[in-house]
Amino acid sequence: MKRSTLLFTLLTALSILLSACGGVTSAEEAAPVPPVNPTLILATTTSTQDSGLLDVLVPMFQEQTGYTVQTIAVGTGAALKMAEEGNADVLLVHAPAAEKELMDAGFCKDRMLIMHNDFIIVGPAADPAGIQDNTVAANALALIASSESAFVSRGDDSGTHKKELSIWKGTSHEPNTDKPAWYIESGQGMGATLTIASEKAAYTLTDRATYLANKENLDLEILVEGDAVLLNVYHVMTVNPEKWPKTNYDGATAFAKFMTHEDTQAVIAEFGVAEYGQPLFFPDADKTDADLGLE
Amino acid sequence: MIFDAEVFQITVLSLQISALATGLSLFIGLPFGTLLALGKFPLRSFLLSMVNTGMGLPPVVVGLFVAMMLWRSGPLGDLKLIYTPTAIIIAQVIISFPVVTGLTAAALQALDPRLRLQLYGLGASRGQMIWMLWREARLPLLAALMAGFGSVISEVGASMMVGGNIRYQTRVLTTAIVLETGKGHFDIAIALGILLLIITFLVNWALTWIQQRGARQ
Repeated sequence: MKRSTLLFTLLTALSILLSACGGVTSAEEAAPVPPVNPTLILATTTSTQDSGLLDVLVPMFQEQTGYTVQTIAVGTGAALKMAEEGNADVLLVHAPAAEKELMDAGFCKDRMLIMHNDFIIVGPAADPAGIQDNTVAANALALIASSESAFVSRGDDSGTHKKELSIWKGTSHEPNTDKPAWYIESGQGMGATLTIASEKAAYTLTDRATYLANKENLDLEILVEGDAVLLNVYHVMTVNPEKWPKTNYDGATAFAKFMTHEDTQAVIAEFGVAEYGQPLFFPDADKTDADLGLE
Repeated sequence: MIFDAEVFQITVLSLQISALATGLSLFIGLPFGTLLALGKFPLRSFLLSMVNTGMGLPPVVVGLFVAMMLWRSGPLGDLKLIYTPTAIIIAQVIISFPVVTGLTAAALQALDPRLRLQLYGLGASRGQMIWMLWREARLPLLAALMAGFGSVISEVGASMMVGGNIRYQTRVLTTAIVLETGKGHFDIAIALGILLLIITFLVNWALTWIQQRGARQ
């Protein structure tokens, strides 16, 4: 190769690459009847994505309706913020109190109960704070605080973090404002937070689904479960088109209808049974918030 | 999931996005870096400092900035580019353009200044002179290209923010690694990491081969 042709060759190679990039196509086939506005932005929590549930449900929805779903998995705080600013069309989230605030402020139009799973408090098998078999979650946290055992908090304004803070309210301790040394804020997703808790032999509050998915990598045992306050309830919310005219309200409604449909609910009930021997989520579309003690 | 169709699709998408972003960075950065190295105009050293600072831009900050622009609530929301490969390319160009520009300027300034005088003396036009200088500095210029490519194929913060890590649409190797780590699939995450390293190595190997062929002649 002549020296003078070096740059030319390089530029040619680049232009071939550029032309090869013309069509970044989806690996999936186009659905039968594409709706007028086919793109739907679903803002949801990391737990629904990390558990693999959305990998099952989203393709089903796309196949049935022809919508293309852009799933953005963030903390519930960020998901609610996306709705507030009109950057999402539909939400699948689990922070009932914050959800209601958004409904009252008119940023979301509809809110439907979809399913629940539960939170559990996990920790090292040695259980230095002696919380095992404590049926009241607040008492367990109080024991952790008074023994100053390490506790890892999400600290990221997620649904799990909000739940943790609401349980601390039932104790006389306020570690999130006092910031004692034993209270570790990870600022990361549930999977990463569980790893940190495991490495530091600390306690943490987690949703059952993420814990089961990560279990084999962790030295953590389920220590507290079954308290009514540990219920983790998921709602679908549609963003209000009167506030944000650009949102895809038809798509959001179609998604809400799909999530509450009995066939979808049956899929949710079966999800994870084959892999973990127990379901990860429990369908609730036929119930009301009051049935789950939320009102 | 390793070596199945989905991994192949993710790998191809990663390569397409980062190659296109690097190509665009070269397209803008090479002339701009040349101007900064050879030009004489006010604010030249200020602009050079800006570019050199930009070489250390945190990808997540670039991602947040681009996302704020492209969100529906942002000024460019009507373009509907958020959560598309195009959005990732825009962010990656912002990340790699200062790298290519800064290293281009450094490469040209390292040349013997008498070379320019000599070329003028021989009657070279402005365009011919720049072409000759690029040829002379081709080794560090290719290194600049490799650094630009390396800065984008390996970044995760911006791709996550503006791409959204959407399956089959904007999931690239780095965001897939974050996802699999979050799921607790450390084995898959490490396998994807090795795949990413192999691809980066192959691209750099090809570029180095071109570079060293040039060096021998």
